[in-house]
Amino acid sequence: MIWQLDLLILTLVVVCAVVVINLKDLLAATVIFGVYSFMMCLLWAEMGAVDVAFTEATVGAGVSTVLFIAAILRTTRRSKD
Amino acid sequence: MKKLALLATIVTGALLIYGVQDFAPWGDPDAPASRHLSPHYIEKAVEETHVPNLVTAVLGDYRGYDTMFETVVIFCAGMAVVSVLRRPKS
Amino acid sequence: MMDQRTESCDIIIRMTVRIMMPFIQLFGLYVIVHGHYSPGGGFQGGVILGAAYIMLSIAFGLKDSTRYLSEKANAVMGSIGPMIFVGVAIVCALVGGLFLDYSALDKIIPLGPIEWRSMGIFLVEVGVGLAVMNIMLSLYWDLASNGEMEEGL
Repeated sequence: MIWQLDLLILTLVVVCAVVVINLKDLLAATVIFGVYSFMMCLLWAEMGAVDVAFTEATVGAGVSTVLFIAAILRTTRRSKD
Repeated sequence: MKKLALLATIVTGALLIYGVQDFAPWGDPDAPASRHLSPHYIEKAVEETHVPNLVTAVLGDYRGYDTMFETVVIFCAGMAVVSVLRRPKS
Repeated sequence: MMDQRTESCDIIIRMTVRIMMPFIQLFGLYVIVHGHYSPGGGFQGGVILGAAYIMLSIAFGLKDSTRYLSEKANAVMGSIGPMIFVGVAIVCALVGGLFLDYSALDKIIPLGPIEWRSMGIFLVEVGVGLAVMNIMLSLYWDLASNGEMEEGL
């Protein structure tokens, strides 16, 4: 474990999470959420849990982004609040 | 209301960070979690199942019941989405 | 079979997807089969296989992609997955072992009980992969087409 790398990835995770909550454009929020998933994947891989990292990369960043985009394009793109 | 939600979030986060202090260090072999069953898996898994990847051995063999119902849960979720959303052509 | 919408799709995208598709599917199969030796397994490989079909649906249009995997075949394959898992478990119990104790399958095909535990994990992973692949695909189909299966994204 390299603590500088850890700190960088953790900071990016927190920044991505805060940005996702505050964005009004849901499509952009979905893309940032994919970035968040990849950062979590890097964090798992860096801690040695390669299987969890694999699952996070395929499900979190791959399929769930597609499903979110499909749902957004069938409903509304702007958040109400 | 928004300030109250922010306060609740900050207090919960502070409590969680306070709780983390009692955790065992990362990768500690003497932690309670890695003293109970983990040594048996690590020492015996390869000769008992011939699977070098311990995660697969634990998921597929030792904890097969969990994995079975995980699959059933995914199947039920898919069926629920299909039965709610799918509609025949009118 | 080519409707108006598919004709207007970009030929570069269609050709790229046509070339990439077998490699992605091969990688998904590799992840399932090689799960004993490297990170991966049924769930991850199934998601990769499902993502390959989702990519096909996006590039070719939802209507045309059902020519490669029809809705009925999708539902049948998705149901066979959990049935393989539960079936292996029940067969283990029927031939005299415990529920999900793969070494009991040695009484059907004598490979040795320890080798059968490895083989049993493989059978189970194939079931998980089938279920996850088809469930992911049907989730995408129903979300993207509003449940009508007429037009995708």
